Amino acid sequence: MDRPAEDYVIDDQAAGLFRVNRRVFTDPECLEQERRRIFEKCWIYVGHESEVPHAGDYRSRNVAGRPMVLVRGDDNVIRVLLNTCTHRGAMVCRQKSGNAKTFQCPYHAWTYNSRGQLVGIPGEEAYSDAFSRDERGLGSPAGVDSYRGFVFACFDPAAQTLYDYLAGAREYLDLVADQSEVGMKVVPGQQAYSARANWKLLVENSYDGYHGLPTHQRYFSFLSDVGIDVRSRDMSSPPHQKPVDLGNGHAVVEYQSSWGRPIAHWVPPFGAHRKAHFEELRAKFDQRFGKERAWRICETSRNLGIFPNLVINDIMAITIRTFYPVSPGYMEVNAWALAPVDESAEDSALRLDNFLTFLGPGGFATPDDVEMLESCQRGFLNREVQWSDISRGMKREHPSITDELQMRAFWRRWNQLMTEPQIQRARRAA
Amino acid sequence: MSTGQLPGRHEVEDLLYQEAALLDDWRLEEWLELLTDDAVYEIPPTDVPEGDARNTLFIIADDVVRIRSRVKQLLGKFAWAESPHSRTRRIISNVRVLGADGDRILATANFAVHRIRYESVDTYIGRYDYKLVRVGNALKIKERRAVLDNEALRPHGKISFIL
Repeated sequence: MDRPAEDYVIDDQAAGLFRVNRRVFTDPECLEQERRRIFEKCWIYVGHESEVPHAGDYRSRNVAGRPMVLVRGDDNVIRVLLNTCTHRGAMVCRQKSGNAKTFQCPYHAWTYNSRGQLVGIPGEEAYSDAFSRDERGLGSPAGVDSYRGFVFACFDPAAQTLYDYLAGAREYLDLVADQSEVGMKVVPGQQAYSARANWKLLVENSYDGYHGLPTHQRYFSFLSDVGIDVRSRDMSSPPHQKPVDLGNGHAVVEYQSSWGRPIAHWVPPFGAHRKAHFEELRAKFDQRFGKERAWRICETSRNLGIFPNLVINDIMAITIRTFYPVSPGYMEVNAWALAPVDESAEDSALRLDNFLTFLGPGGFATPDDVEMLESCQRGFLNREVQWSDISRGMKREHPSITDELQMRAFWRRWNQLMTEPQIQRARRAA
Repeated sequence: MSTGQLPGRHEVEDLLYQEAALLDDWRLEEWLELLTDDAVYEIPPTDVPEGDARNTLFIIADDVVRIRSRVKQLLGKFAWAESPHSRTRRIISNVRVLGADGDRILATANFAVHRIRYESVDTYIGRYDYKLVRVGNALKIKERRAVLDNEALRPHGKISFIL
């Protein structure tokens, strides 16, 4: 038997049954394994290049549970530095954001430049010849790379490249990044919140088409109240919708939605005076990409999950959302809005307004999502009910976005990374 | 408006305490009556507390249509994060009348709002900025902005009620 005594996942493709052991949401030992086998092996989202537009610009933030600094050096190279002095440990960057030529540790005044090199030590003559400044620069993850402006870091020196890691997700990042000819930017304002729930529940929720109507009934009532015909588009039937397994644990749902999209899908609440402007925007997309791709960029919404903890939902606006477990039953969540750099002030205001109708900790939907995840987590106290069911649509030839194919893509990769070391050990022992 | 026409602190306090009582009692329809027909309700993000909702991603930026919809949703059955309703208790203090901007009276107050649900107590701490106008004999709320001191909604997770 080369599998753990108690499986995390049951994946019975012949029968069409998929089950997840609820221990994975509650067990501190499982979380410790996740930190080593997932968060220290995969590419993890750090930030967007637009957040540090000029040389010396920096943002300090927690990534994978570590205080890090995303910084554009004086050489214009974007780096990710580990925010701890190599002398005795204090954090050298103490502001959330800013522009700096150097980072000076407040404890003993060791000083690093914006490339992370150690450039100043008070009383350096006290050190032996064996001591070298060059070896004591700020730490950095083994890999730092970006794709279409999205910056990732990876702690595993043996990991595949970011490009290969992203696999099929690149196509969907392109559909987001292509929304401007001059580039996309993160809008000021971070939604920093949390949920008293396991982080994987938010992965599932972020591209779950099945929960939309029951959980978010009040959002659809709001749309209806402001003059949007919520039944004009059937989100759950092919061909204008599909869940896709993008490889490496990434997955997406793509569909036509009833809500307006600030990129170029007009709805009545946007105002009659904007209709012609939206048609112009759309015509430009037709010109740039041809009708089919323009339709896809403008008319379809997509909820994209990049393994393990990045969500990019291009829906009534674009949100970048990342999250990290503090404990099995508690995660911290950060979310931002992404918008075209060249969007007019009026269009940008409309985009942000549309964002807030649904998204974020004060929106008409996200609080109810958080409530549901927290409700699941409390429900898991019933240890006698051991398995969650993720089988929906498993035997369908053309699964729908209200099926659970996208979650299964995540869980299969998760299970592979979590159990591979045991399987290898067992093989070696045999 | 000259300072002579500014309301006294007592009058503003009465309004804010009345508002707090209505919100804590979930008498949200009556709370709506304290607002003007063009009222605005905003909560800036915790990292840009003095931001502008037109170019900054807020937590809440409701015009009066959304405020009324929010109340309707909260009083219905399907706003799950508040169904059943949480208990809240608002402590309002340090009320100051700051001056006037045209016909708008600028007032500010500190708040500590406790939300109690599922045996957790979450405290929202911050400052209210009000723009009030006199309609007949009454002061009405034209703009209310809740500026959080909390660095993040942790462990709160959400602002599902009227803060």
